[in-house]
Amino acid sequence: MTLCGVRVPMMASLIVWCILWEIVGRMELIFLVPPFTGVLSAAWELLHNPKYLDATAVTLRSFALGMTLAIAVGVPLGILMGRVRAADRLLGMWVNMFVSAPLSALVPILMILFGMGTATVVVTVFLFSVWIIVLDTRAGVQHVPGSLVEMARSYGASRWQLMTRIVLLAALPEILAGIRLGLIRGVKGVVIGQLLVSIIGYGELFELYSRNFLMEEFWALTILLFLFAMLIAEAVGVLEKKIEYYAGVRQ
Amino acid sequence: MGALHRIDPAPAAATILQRPSALDPSAGDPVVQVRGITKRYGGSVEALKDIDLDIPRGKLTTLLGPSGCGKTTLLKIIAGLLEPSSGEVRVNGREVTGPGPERAFVFQDFALMPWATVLRNAAFGLELRGVPRREREDIGRHYIREVGLAGFEERYPHELSGGMRQRVGLARALAVKAEVLLLDEPFSAVDEQTRRKFQEDLLRLVAQEKKTFLFVTHSIEEAVYLSDGIVMLSRRPGRINRIIEPAIDRSGSPDEIRRDKHYLDTVEEIWHGLRDYVD
Repeated sequence: MTLCGVRVPMMASLIVWCILWEIVGRMELIFLVPPFTGVLSAAWELLHNPKYLDATAVTLRSFALGMTLAIAVGVPLGILMGRVRAADRLLGMWVNMFVSAPLSALVPILMILFGMGTATVVVTVFLFSVWIIVLDTRAGVQHVPGSLVEMARSYGASRWQLMTRIVLLAALPEILAGIRLGLIRGVKGVVIGQLLVSIIGYGELFELYSRNFLMEEFWALTILLFLFAMLIAEAVGVLEKKIEYYAGVRQ
Repeated sequence: MGALHRIDPAPAAATILQRPSALDPSAGDPVVQVRGITKRYGGSVEALKDIDLDIPRGKLTTLLGPSGCGKTTLLKIIAGLLEPSSGEVRVNGREVTGPGPERAFVFQDFALMPWATVLRNAAFGLELRGVPRREREDIGRHYIREVGLAGFEERYPHELSGGMRQRVGLARALAVKAEVLLLDEPFSAVDEQTRRKFQEDLLRLVAQEKKTFLFVTHSIEEAVYLSDGIVMLSRRPGRINRIIEPAIDRSGSPDEIRRDKHYLDTVEEIWHGLRDYVD
């Protein structure tokens, strides 16, 4: 971005918004918007608050568990759907339905099934992220060049070798894209799950802050969560670019 | 032998079945025998009809024909990658039911793994067979040198030109030490200068490796320049139109061969034959 002939770094726009926030906060127009500096200092305190650290540990555990499940189920299911037409016909409709369904509405039902605890949150993360992983993996597998598959067959590859040495690797860019999108959806899932269960992790903190109008802490928590989601998506993005260097340069 | 439409001995220079052809099913010691192969797609489209063919050992035989005559289909049936609707293929007397170690395939679009180095690509056939890493890399290096790519072992396919990529494809096929190499329009995605150089190198490899090469192309010049025998296929349904043995004297330099009267006459001859059913 250039402004009046001067190159302005990307983060500059963020600074403008932060200053604007600060001004609006200082004017004390509405209590919902405390000054930005207040939010920052709240975030700093939060990072040293054992209650916050506990909540983070609980949240991370649910998130990691849910994502591991989603990847472990999503990738094989996507490969199956990409390779076997019957499986695709059988499951395609459901996957497409779930990928766009408002899954938050299902969480109360999950609470009945899995109780008011971590299990429900894990299942919520899983349900939020698994479908996009399935769809992207399926797309990746379907775009594996036919000649690569023929090549492996003609040199005597077994079914397993074909899967692990050709199909999985050739579809890796799409699989990683699916996982990246799944991670972002998973962050949404963990927060929504905890909010609805509302007695664990960040959900409990959000409830506490918003009920007591602790807006500085509320925004601090939101920003920290936002940063976490960005960072994790960015990390997978970097991995993706690295992989694309090899697999993306397809003939 | 109803499939062999023979045209009377032509007056031109090419030897058109004036003597018993090596490609004729009655001749001795063929490495590949094709019997009554028919291929139908979706029940109605007939890609190949009643193909009978013998491929002589240690020679380079070309399948030549216009696009859509089923020459690639026939090659893939011989490779065991496609199943014929009827008929059978035998390699060394044994019926083909799928791909086998005595056959290796070179693909039109190279079919290299973009995530693997030249060396790993070249040795991939051996990797699939479970040959220990050290051994297969030694063999891979040897054939990379053979096809003129020494020094590029650690490069990735996208760093190479089209011609170089196909050399990797060829090295991979040679590395598995198959008796029969099946090449599916290997030079069609390669520019003209590279293609000529490549053809010359291929002739050297044919002489040196003493393998059977079965080559698919739609280029008449390429077929005449390279082949010991040319099988001409007619358009849909693909049938054997006739068989030509160019018998080009290859002792001269490549340029001399390309100016050779016998070579030029054979090209012309085939072109006239093809034109009959292109119109």
